[in-house]
This record gives sequence, C-alpha cells and structure tokens, in this order.
Amino acid sequence: MASRTLKLAAIGTAGGAFSGLLGVGGGSVIVPLLIVWLGYGAREATGTSLMAIVVIAAVAVTLQAFYGNVDPPNAALVGIPAIGGAVAGTALQQRIPERMISLLFAGLLVVIAGKLILS
Amino acid sequence: MSSVAAAIMGFAGGIVGGLLGVGGGVLFVPALVIFMDETQVRAEATSLLAIVPVALVAVWRQLGYGNVRVRDGLVIGALSPIGVGIGVVTSNSIPQRALELTFAALALLIAAQLVIRALRPRPDAQEESA
Repeated sequence: MASRTLKLAAIGTAGGAFSGLLGVGGGSVIVPLLIVWLGYGAREATGTSLMAIVVIAAVAVTLQAFYGNVDPPNAALVGIPAIGGAVAGTALQQRIPERMISLLFAGLLVVIAGKLILS
Repeated sequence: MSSVAAAIMGFAGGIVGGLLGVGGGVLFVPALVIFMDETQVRAEATSLLAIVPVALVAVWRQLGYGNVRVRDGLVIGALSPIGVGIGVVTSNSIPQRALELTFAALALLIAAQLVIRALRPRPDAQEESA
C-alpha cells in the first residue's frame, strides 16, 4: 500500500514537472504511467488523470501568471469550444475498446514527440 | 478568421482531451501559436488556463461513467505542485530545445510500452475493475 502511494506520488511529481515545462497538462505522462506501472484499465487511467490535471493545471497556471505569461481572452477562445469537445470525447470513449484507447494514446505520444523534435 | 480556426482547434483539443484523458494542450498550444500569434511560452501558459475548465467538465463526465479513482487522482494532483514548481522554474532557466528533445525521447519510449501491452494477448484486457 505504501509503495503504491509512493508510485502515485512519483507519477504526480513527473506529471507536474512536464506540465510546468511544456504546458501539456501532465496527462501525457500520467495516463501511460497509470496503465504501465499501476495496471489501470485505459478508461480508468484517463478518468483519474483528468482529476489530477484539474489540480495540476490550476497550480501551474497560477505560477505562470507570476511570470506574466497568461492571456485570458485567448484561453477562453480555445477553452470554451473545448468544453463541448470534452463532453463529446468522453462519450465517444465509452464506445470503443480499451486496447483502442491505449493504441490511440500511443499515437498521441508519437505526434507529441514528432512535434517536439521538429519544432 | 484566425479566431475561428483557433476555436475549431480548441474544440478538437477538447475531444482529444476527453477521449485520451489529457487536458488538450497538445492542440491548444499550436492553435495559439499558429492562429493567435502567441509566443511558445505564452501559448503554453495560456493553454493551462484553458485546460482547467475543460478537465473539470471531462472529469465530471467520467465520474458519471464510473471511470475515476478519486483518491488516486487527488494523491497525484496533490503531489504534483512539487513537480510543477520544478518544471516552471526549469523552463524559465534552461534551453527549450533540451527540454523538447528529452520529452520527445521519453514519449517515444512510453508509446512503445503502450503498444507492446495493447498487442499482448491478455484475456483480462477488456475487464473493467471498480
């Protein structure tokens, strides 16, 4: 039990670090680690990741605001339509097999890696 | 016109976020850089602000579907400020290129792990635990 909590703490720290570094919300680290390291099902990993992301993004955006880097009108411009997208995305997720979610996630990571390498 | 494109990309980011359990920054950041002329640093910080309500709504939906381990999510979230602090300070003090290449390598390693696991024959792969 204690080692499981330690793993959760390590996942949280790693997710938070990448969120602060790259503005990706940490989910790209948290979801695969929950699956590979703690044996989560893909749906549970994504749902639990989102819960953590709420906290992580709130803390990270507060810190970034101190550096004067946040632009609220533009956040609303992408964020408000994205709320509708999130409702659609979670509904869609309930209709596809867990393995498909894992494979789609691997595809997302390849896209992220490609973008970072080519940037 | 570019605002419309950014909003559409935001919507797509929300779909990816809800579907894959990420905040959607993977599309919010390029939307802000390409269509709204934000710098990379400002786009990443602004994306974080957009992620907060998006993730809140997505987790509310996933709670309804029974896919959230609340305690685990809170432990991860509660411990993450340590990592966020390290990340934000680091991102303002070391070369962005080094960060990008390091994260790219890690992402590819993790992707390979996920593919190996997804393709491995496991009779319990579709099982949902509570």
